Amino acid sequence: MATAVGALAHTEEHSGLWSWLTTVDHKKIGALYGITGFLFFLLGGAEAVAIRTQLAVPNGTVVDAARFNELFTMHALTMIFLAIMPMGAAFFNYFIPLQIGARDVAFPRLNALSYWVFLSGAVILTSSFFLGGAPDGGWFAYVPLTGKQYSPGTGLDFYVVGLMVLGLSSLLASLNFAVTIINMRAPGMTLMRMPVYMWIALVVAFLLILSLPVLTVGLIQLLFDRKFGTNFFTPGSGGDPILWQHIFWIFGHPEVYVLILPAMGIVSEVLPVMSRKPLFGYSAIVFASASIGVLGFGVWAHHMFTTGLGTVPQVVFSASTMAIGVPTGIKIFNWLGTMYGGNIRFVTATYFAVAFIATFTIGGISGVMHASPSVDAQHQDSYFVVAHLHYVLFGGAIMGIFSGIFYWFPKMTGRLLDEATGKLTFWLMFVGLNLTFFPMHFLGLAGMPRRIYTYDAGLGWETWNFVATIGAYTIAASVLVFVVNFLMTMRKPRTAPDNPWDGATLEWATSSPPPEHDFDVIPPVHDRDPLWYMRDHNIAMPAPPEHQHIHMPPPSYFPLIMGLGVAMMAIGVLSTFAITALGIVVVIYSTWGWVLEPTD
Amino acid sequence: MGSSRSGRAAIIIGSLVATAILTWAIFVAFADSANTPQTTFIPASVQAALVRDAYMIIFILAGVVFFAIMAVTLIFTLLYRERPGQTALQFHGNSKLEVVWTLIPVIIVVIMAVPTFSAISETSKAPPADALKVVAIGHQWWFEFQYPELGLTTANELHVPVGRAVSVTLESKDVIHSFWVPQLSGKVDMMPGHRNHLWFTPTQARPEPYLAQCAEFCGISHANMRFRVFVRPAADFDAWTKSTAADRTAPTTDIAKAGEAQFAASGCVGCHTVKGNAAAAGTVGPNLTHFGSRTTLGSGVVDSNPQNIRKWLANPQNVKPGALMPNLNLSQDALDKLVPYLEGLK
Amino acid sequence: MAAATHHTAPAEHATTMGIDHRKLLMWIFLASECLFFGSLISTYMVFRGDSIVGPYPAEILDIPLTSTSTFVLLMSSLTMVLAVYGAQHGRPTMMRVMLLGTIILGLGFLGFQTYEFRTFGAEGLVPSTNQFGATFFVLTGLHGTHVGVGVLYLASLLLASFRRTGLGRDQVLHIDIAGLYWHFVDIVWIVIFTIIYLIPQ
Repeated sequence: MATAVGALAHTEEHSGLWSWLTTVDHKKIGALYGITGFLFFLLGGAEAVAIRTQLAVPNGTVVDAARFNELFTMHALTMIFLAIMPMGAAFFNYFIPLQIGARDVAFPRLNALSYWVFLSGAVILTSSFFLGGAPDGGWFAYVPLTGKQYSPGTGLDFYVVGLMVLGLSSLLASLNFAVTIINMRAPGMTLMRMPVYMWIALVVAFLLILSLPVLTVGLIQLLFDRKFGTNFFTPGSGGDPILWQHIFWIFGHPEVYVLILPAMGIVSEVLPVMSRKPLFGYSAIVFASASIGVLGFGVWAHHMFTTGLGTVPQVVFSASTMAIGVPTGIKIFNWLGTMYGGNIRFVTATYFAVAFIATFTIGGISGVMHASPSVDAQHQDSYFVVAHLHYVLFGGAIMGIFSGIFYWFPKMTGRLLDEATGKLTFWLMFVGLNLTFFPMHFLGLAGMPRRIYTYDAGLGWETWNFVATIGAYTIAASVLVFVVNFLMTMRKPRTAPDNPWDGATLEWATSSPPPEHDFDVIPPVHDRDPLWYMRDHNIAMPAPPEHQHIHMPPPSYFPLIMGLGVAMMAIGVLSTFAITALGIVVVIYSTWGWVLEPTD
Repeated sequence: MGSSRSGRAAIIIGSLVATAILTWAIFVAFADSANTPQTTFIPASVQAALVRDAYMIIFILAGVVFFAIMAVTLIFTLLYRERPGQTALQFHGNSKLEVVWTLIPVIIVVIMAVPTFSAISETSKAPPADALKVVAIGHQWWFEFQYPELGLTTANELHVPVGRAVSVTLESKDVIHSFWVPQLSGKVDMMPGHRNHLWFTPTQARPEPYLAQCAEFCGISHANMRFRVFVRPAADFDAWTKSTAADRTAPTTDIAKAGEAQFAASGCVGCHTVKGNAAAAGTVGPNLTHFGSRTTLGSGVVDSNPQNIRKWLANPQNVKPGALMPNLNLSQDALDKLVPYLEGLK
Repeated sequence: MAAATHHTAPAEHATTMGIDHRKLLMWIFLASECLFFGSLISTYMVFRGDSIVGPYPAEILDIPLTSTSTFVLLMSSLTMVLAVYGAQHGRPTMMRVMLLGTIILGLGFLGFQTYEFRTFGAEGLVPSTNQFGATFFVLTGLHGTHVGVGVLYLASLLLASFRRTGLGRDQVLHIDIAGLYWHFVDIVWIVIFTIIYLIPQ
């Protein structure tokens, strides 16, 4: 075996498909995450458009009930796990080393493994559409509906296995990011000099590290219930369906912050740079983010106010949910404080960031409204909740991600996205999102439950459903315009300057796009906004030593092989355990190869 | 223009006016949506009114916060756009201001908490002793209602008297469902293996039913799991209990009599109870003793009329996807007999 | 090239917190594992006494047997400590012997567990029997999996230590990190043992 490992070692190509398959460069991996995440964003969007088309008019006949249930389940899973999280991970991958002044993440090969495991999970989950039916129990998969008795098909098995694989990927990535941020900061970058975005990356990493194992346990238990006849969640044999809800939401609520915090981080980068002034209340934003991370573990049962929790838990979780609204409110004020007195450069990234404040605030307000169990009893599982979560995840997370795309695109590609087309994207998306999601508040108020594939005329739901569908098509158009912009821009020469926005953080201290080793010389950090400090104090970047060799880790295909091994282990659970056994062998083989592979 | 004092004033006033108009328009749309058949905002019970009052306060607070944040965002957007000659103020924060705006959300949530907790303490009280007891059981995809003290069982239409507390025990036979009559009560889940409770005191009798719908996703026909609540004056309710306690109206016409025979021959009796028809004692499907007096069939999915009954019997899944009633492949002749029989079960 | 490399070599190993990346990774990973076992143990606690049919824990748990296997696993922590000591003090033979001892004791523990599972199976307790079976097998089975992974991990280190280059310049670190993992798995077992076997139901 050692010979085989030896023979395959040393794969040093710098371009072409092989270089992408074996890359351990955080920038390339970030790009892979970004492209993959965006493609799944398109898929999730297509699912959303199908859902909205079905609901455009009463008694729609575009899709049948069974397909509709698959669509709304997969729309959520795709957007959460395959689009927003990986697009967030793309920026983390790309900018954690660049913002802290490092040459790569702490574990470059582990980073590649995270991506390949993510891709395996994404493909497995999505393939369910063609292999006997997609999961159709909603993204939180409440048992007993998702148990073997009421979901005898394989869809829910794909859900369980897919989420386990995706969870593994996120865990590996988070461990890597946490170690990188804690341990690889440039000289002078103390914790309180880190960009807010790095603080948020750290909080997100710990949220995932501490919440994913809980989900994994729940998934193992659900798998045992479905495959081996145990009764964790089956009532009547001693099991309890409420337990699943607790387990799911102990993961699920921190997960919500995993989705929204990165967008908050992006906005906290874009607003000060574009306003040409420092972030207002840096420490407040840092402490608010950290306390959101801590409190995020103490609010899960507000998803369960209607399950018969009892009075005391209702009051406790109501209070904790109201409490978590406070740090969120502080952030909104701080972003406005950052704009105050600025000389704001309104480019597309700024449009998205400012719109984020407005649309995220709407989602925040409706979120705090649900903190009241009495009100929640009317809102829970109605379209009011659908409106709320989309204002947080689209109005928040997606708007933030688009701001980040326009902000960092020149750094990542050396090209500036076209501004006029970008603004068209923005206006279509902004109008589209409000057209789609604001009417859902009205529908919820009018008593429309979520997850219904049809409704009768005469309930006062026709108008707003139709408006929401028009909005969905408007969003689709905006995304299409963006794709055109992307494709056109990528054909242009690389003309973007190194620091087009006069950014303050270290990623702007290197070339656009950065060299493989990120920095010719690691910039010194004297201040929270290091480049502005150097600009204002006339400090030049130190020149690189004349004969410099910077050692970068060589490419490796072991992450890819191990990713395939993990995929085989998962596929085995869905088909025959022999494949799982083979997968374990592959994982062990690649672990040894990994360890023995020379990295010098 | 933004640089001059009057220009700034124009921006601020214009933004405030624009935001006010937007807030007002949204308010109008909310008010309009509140006035719909399945509304959550027009209470018809003591408890729903309590919730609505808490909701109202929270709603107004939400409106104020919305107006404030939107207006400030808009003003800053217009006021601090880059202009030639303008420079950005350089400061890192303002401790006093930050303390103030930490207190603002604290005060807001405290204001929210007061009506919330008082509503919780009110609705979590035990129902009065003379409450009408109802057991509501969720099935995929219909509701069963039992009145244990009156010995009645019905499906998909709940009848209650006005002015008397109704205490509902919630159960489920299969998966999680949720009992939600927006105008009478917020939702509480029907949790298999658990017994949940809610109670409400209806305040407004009316001939039209209060519309209701399962609120927890429960499988393929979740959208078609609806029910109706009839709030009636006490006398009407008593009359209803009498007629519901009675056996089914015996078929009088020949065709209806043949229908009763067909009802047994086609196996319907295995799943459905028809009191007075000794053969029909099944409990899997809805109790059909007074099927003819219900306004809908298939758990509210279509109006109850001869055409729809026929359509349903011919192929239930066609009317309601996933319906657990099997397609019995009934002949035209069998349908001809069954429809008048079922319709006659008043 | 070789001349150039040594410029950067020291910088590569300087970390912000002064702790090696790999060790930090293991610490954070173990934090995640705490939540993993915490959730499994909580589930066990939630379903304590909820079995509707037997065999019930009191009827089937063989406390003397499992006390023995617990002792075996505890001893493996001792040998692990000695292996780390051997590595730190440049005594490769001691390190290898103690690693081997840890591996054997770990395998011994797994042998006891296999025997216990088989006996339970013969007496009619499988995961689908009742709530005790479900929670017991999933919790102890996943713990056993962790022991098994640990055995593989230590065996790989032992094998690698016989290479010409041994475990390289980071030998102490490698053994130290493996020790962290091994001790964690042991400590978790003490919690599991106390909750399942010692606290009467």
